[in-house]
Amino acid sequence: MWDYTDKVKDYFLHPRNVGEIKDADAIGEVGAIACGDALRLYLKLDKKNGNRIADAKFKTFGCGSAIASASALTEMVMGKTLEEAEKITNQDIADFLGGLPPEKMHCSVMGKEALESAIANYRGYKAAPTEEGVIVCKCFGVTDVKIERVVRENRLTTVEQVTNYCKAGGGCKSCHPDIQGIIDTVCEKEVKPVAVPAKSKKMSNLRKMQLIQETIERDIRPVLMMDGGDMDLIDVDGNTVYVSFRGSCAECAGSRVTLKSTVEAKLREFVMEELVVEEVNQGGSTA
Amino acid sequence: MKRLVYVDNNATTRVAPEVLEAMLPYFTELYGNPSSMHTFGGQLYKKINQAREQVANLIGASPQEIIFTSGGTESDNAAIRGTLEANPDKKHIITTRVEHPAVLNLCQYLAQNGYEVTELGVDSQGLLDLDELHGAIRDDTVLITIMYANNETGVLFPVEEIGQIAREKGITFHCDAIQAAGKLPLDMDKSTMDMISLSGHKLHAPKGVGALYIRKGVRFKPFMLGGHHENNRRAGTENVPSIIGLGMACELARKYLPEEQTKVRKLRDKLENLILYQMLNSRLNGHNILRLPNTTNISFEYVEGEAILLLLNEVGICASSGSACTSGSLEPSHVLRAMGVPFTAAHGSIRFSLSRYNTEEEVDYIVEHIPPIIRRLKEISPYSAEIEELELKAAARK
Repeated sequence: MWDYTDKVKDYFLHPRNVGEIKDADAIGEVGAIACGDALRLYLKLDKKNGNRIADAKFKTFGCGSAIASASALTEMVMGKTLEEAEKITNQDIADFLGGLPPEKMHCSVMGKEALESAIANYRGYKAAPTEEGVIVCKCFGVTDVKIERVVRENRLTTVEQVTNYCKAGGGCKSCHPDIQGIIDTVCEKEVKPVAVPAKSKKMSNLRKMQLIQETIERDIRPVLMMDGGDMDLIDVDGNTVYVSFRGSCAECAGSRVTLKSTVEAKLREFVMEELVVEEVNQGGSTA
Repeated sequence: MKRLVYVDNNATTRVAPEVLEAMLPYFTELYGNPSSMHTFGGQLYKKINQAREQVANLIGASPQEIIFTSGGTESDNAAIRGTLEANPDKKHIITTRVEHPAVLNLCQYLAQNGYEVTELGVDSQGLLDLDELHGAIRDDTVLITIMYANNETGVLFPVEEIGQIAREKGITFHCDAIQAAGKLPLDMDKSTMDMISLSGHKLHAPKGVGALYIRKGVRFKPFMLGGHHENNRRAGTENVPSIIGLGMACELARKYLPEEQTKVRKLRDKLENLILYQMLNSRLNGHNILRLPNTTNISFEYVEGEAILLLLNEVGICASSGSACTSGSLEPSHVLRAMGVPFTAAHGSIRFSLSRYNTEEEVDYIVEHIPPIIRRLKEISPYSAEIEELELKAAARK
């Protein structure tokens, strides 16, 4: 049972502004039945009154919080100009409802996107900004642009959060390293100087080698093998760990991301902060 | 007080009043440890063995073949891990894509840890193809683990034929019979199954207790290590009150077994037929005959399952759904996906699972409340045009 707030329940049980506007000035459409939720938003502008939103209606296929988020959105935009409405974030929608369960944050993102789609439709643009970019999550058709934005706007730090906010990574999971890569990039941009002073543990070379080997066996190879890949430990020189990818990882263009986001991150977590991982090409097997 | 109509018995069941009554003294006066030397504790050993006999009687086994566990998940884990450990040279396991997570996730874990797992598919009605099973068997196949009755759809698998195939090849066959026990007759004496898992709370015993049947002579190594309990096959001080409760629940299940095929089936059929007849966008998931008598899984196309459940909840009806939104994941039920149920229907699936405590009046109450709920969600849905088209087609067929 989801822990919905009373306001979510109220907006689900008594949704405001359900329906269509026949002569709508803007229609926004997001989601698809295959993904489990879809939202169509209709806006009517008052031309005499500075193009303010005079009426907003919605139709939703989805769970309780999807219906509540869409209904909340229609109330929030009423009376606003498109420029003002544009400033509404998914967090504003969630806040309006007194919060949403973390797993349901994507419902608020869907509301925000429907609004953007409607505004783009009014202005005659082809696509809302989040529909641009390269698809990262193939299961739910989510692009890098959209992922980067939810990460930035909601200060997300984990793949799980990204899945909760925009569904990316919620299917076959094969894009998790790529999502982690986007998170890392956004985090690097935003919080450059905040590097946590690494706690260096004094460690003998032998112990370091042992820990590296253990971590690779226990925490890294199983993850790679889930995607049909694998890796070998080639050498350790000081704090540099040399590895070589095998299987699908060897041919994968994203292996650089995997190297940093999975291999290096795990080794830093379980062995020591100072480790740097480098890839070595093994004897001519890679093109 | 708000009315409650509980039709989610594949999730859990109410503890039968007779079961609770049988258990109570074991919390208050008879709180001893069955392993103790003194009579106060030691006498409970006999009581546990009486419960073991009651469980054995339900499934036509001998009491020595029953071990008590903490529930269905532990029984599945003990059976699967215990078989693998007893046969360390073989590394291939066969299961299906529609197992309960207790089996499926364990098998997927094993697949990442030195084992190879074949997951058999099902057809659009949820049925297995035994030729596919034949084809999957290898020299190093150590275990076949396949459920008897599916928890989501109620669809039954031909477990005796599977057991026969396994026996001919010398492979251990474990069957998750958790949903079948108490609803279908089980006779281990004549059966080809080597191990079956049972869960207390699915048959009106409390949560946190279950049993594993291990046929005499089947190789097994204990999964839970510690003391000498359960004849060295499952360590841990016995959960005496719950074991007593499970025993009583099995005795009652045996007594009421015919009712499952008569009373419960009749109620289920009435509920199912009336919903399918009234709601033109509805369809049944799973084979309509090869099925548990208490379960029906119905999809309302283009309507989302969690929203249906929440509105049912408002009128006190407890059911469950295979929609993505309720599972906590983002994809609809793995069972419906394995059956190839289209997305338009998978997200709108509702499972009603009855028990002998349900009444005809309750069925009427559900049937009365379904149409307005579906109509209401249809009005909110951007797919209302698609639903109407579907309904017109269905009406034309009638």
